[in-house]
Amino acid sequence: MIIENSELILSVRNLAAEVDGTPILKGLNLDIKAGEIHAIMGPNGSGKSTFSKVLAGHPVYTVTGGEVLYKGQNLLELEPEDRARSGVFLAFQYPLEIPGVSNLDFLRVAYNSKRQHEGLEELDAFDFDDLVRERLDVVKMDPAFLDRSVNEGFSGGEKKRNEILQMALLAPTLAILDETDSGLDIDALKIVANGVNQLAKPDNATLLITHYQRLLDYIVPDFVHVMAEGRILTTGGKELAQELEARGYDWVREEDMAEVAAR
Amino acid sequence: MTTTVQTLVNQPYKYGFVTEIETETIPRGLSEDVIRLISAKKNEPEFMLNFRLKAYRQWLKMTEPSWPHVHYPPIDYQDITYYSAPKEKDKKKSLDEVDPVLLETFEKLGIPLSEQKRLSNVAVDAVFDSVSVATTFREQLAEEGVIFCSISEALHDYSDLVERYLGSIVPINDNYFAALNSAVFSDGSFVFIPKGVRCPMELSTYFRINTEGSGQFERTLIIAEEDSYVSYLEGCTAPMFDTNQLHAAVVELVTLDNAEIKYSTVQNWYAGDENGKGGIYNFVTKRGLCAGKNSKISWTQVETGSAITWKYPSCVLVGDNSVGEFYSVALTNNKQQADTGTKMVHIGKNTRSTIISKGISAGRSQNSYRGLVKMGSKADGSRNYSQCDSMLIGSDAEANTFPYIQVQNNTTKVEHEASTSKIGEDQLFYFSQRGISVEDAVSMMISGFCKDVFNQLPMEFAVEADRLLSLKLEGSVG
Repeated sequence: MIIENSELILSVRNLAAEVDGTPILKGLNLDIKAGEIHAIMGPNGSGKSTFSKVLAGHPVYTVTGGEVLYKGQNLLELEPEDRARSGVFLAFQYPLEIPGVSNLDFLRVAYNSKRQHEGLEELDAFDFDDLVRERLDVVKMDPAFLDRSVNEGFSGGEKKRNEILQMALLAPTLAILDETDSGLDIDALKIVANGVNQLAKPDNATLLITHYQRLLDYIVPDFVHVMAEGRILTTGGKELAQELEARGYDWVREEDMAEVAAR
Repeated sequence: MTTTVQTLVNQPYKYGFVTEIETETIPRGLSEDVIRLISAKKNEPEFMLNFRLKAYRQWLKMTEPSWPHVHYPPIDYQDITYYSAPKEKDKKKSLDEVDPVLLETFEKLGIPLSEQKRLSNVAVDAVFDSVSVATTFREQLAEEGVIFCSISEALHDYSDLVERYLGSIVPINDNYFAALNSAVFSDGSFVFIPKGVRCPMELSTYFRINTEGSGQFERTLIIAEEDSYVSYLEGCTAPMFDTNQLHAAVVELVTLDNAEIKYSTVQNWYAGDENGKGGIYNFVTKRGLCAGKNSKISWTQVETGSAITWKYPSCVLVGDNSVGEFYSVALTNNKQQADTGTKMVHIGKNTRSTIISKGISAGRSQNSYRGLVKMGSKADGSRNYSQCDSMLIGSDAEANTFPYIQVQNNTTKVEHEASTSKIGEDQLFYFSQRGISVEDAVSMMISGFCKDVFNQLPMEFAVEADRLLSLKLEGSVG
């Protein structure tokens, strides 16, 4: 929801980043305010996923220019774990399998590291167990998943639900969902979307990265951005997503090129 | 490399100090005279000297094994000190008479021996260089008929038992290092659990090498009579020296009908520095004989130290329905090399063995599992299950698995499973994106990986082992 004068959560200015010397992000600008849901759409290779990983601090990417302010603070100078603890959450496109580490332990350590960061006391195993069981409901997950190793042997849909469960526990200020809809059947998509909608609040913000408009039928964005060549080319409301679905991405690029040529 | 998994740096080795103590050290070198000297110093019975000399003569004819997947410069056996012991005035009657410097050393190592501080449920035999300096709880154990003392003492007080079993499980010419040990071993532990007794506490031996240039050749013999049980644990540390030191131990276990021995090792010898300078050569022969029916021998080892580890704790399953187990975690970092595993030799009917091996390789280390499962022609209905998992940390470490399976009986069943995993940058990033530090991430993954083995350790030591592995890898990633 768009709220007048709400807090600026994320402000990205001219962000440039590369991997192994290959530039991927080439001057990206974006503002996200509290309460808003943004969607970034774009063709494969446009840099959408890179953008989400740069925000989260993946070490493989090198930022070569621009700045990112998160609640007024320079996000880029924070270690990835500190970004996470201060409320930046990335739901992975391909959640990792961690053999031998139980989902419950993983969730508890993650949750408590955030509590610690906030100066709160850690929750003991029993209290945490109660909390996590209550949150399972957000994504309709079977408690049996808690005792299994993190994502090990989970189906694609189960992995994505597990990501949203983590999000439900960590209650991020900025949730970035990278292609969360990929590989989901319609039922799983509804469950995941419903979870995300429940978690969207006036004091937090959501950034959806997606290739298809399908997800946006269930999570309705306030803003839709079209990304290509490492930049955001155009921004509109939710109707832009439908237009993209109908017309593809090429027209955006053509308009952009025309605009650049006109300058 | 753009990864966060960078060069692995070892946690400073906290047991690397040297104790200043007056020692009686014989000149370097090995000869029949040296063996006679060692035997004389210990005032041994005749049979023991003959055992040693026979072993020495065999050893002279043998050659060092070259098949292990490890590399080191030739060892000069004439440049090793074969006997080094703290000077003692008289044989001490009680712990109060043990040199306080020694008590302090063991306390610093986390092994308090004094009455007030020692663990209430663990009896400890403390071995310093070539000799045992103290054994706790001997009287309490004696009340149950359990004998727990140094092997030197056993040679005097229970010489018939020692004569009967010593070398019966690991023959003196079994292999090069076993022959050397049989010739020059200086001390070690002796345990005897009489028929029907369940040993009331954990028994433990702590080995400490202190003198530079000395080898340690300990000998352990554990006998569990019918229907008895004992759980035994050994720990080891050594100071940091630039030179390599040889540790060639022999451990022999025997279980009679329905008896069980659980033998656990937490090995943390000095591993050398990050460039592979210094460290212990840990060349050890450990073997258990399940002589009786329904008997069981279980080896659990956590190998984290030593420049080179060469050991294969084995079970010879002679008694029908006997059980052999091997649970191992071997961690190598920097330039450490490990070639370790087990041998399960099934001879009796319906014998069973389980092998769970977890190798963790970091830095530029080499970590090999080598194991033999042999089903003899009379081992009807016997079964083995082996699982060998390797974990690589970073991209410069090496992991190998060399399983050998020999089956001479078609009613037996042998299963082998293996896996290799890697702690990679993406997994670590996943943890950090959830606010979990790299150290905690590695520690959680390692604990999870080793869980099946740690569960086998006595509880106090399981916690210790978990902590030890985390320490070893601390600062190694990130």
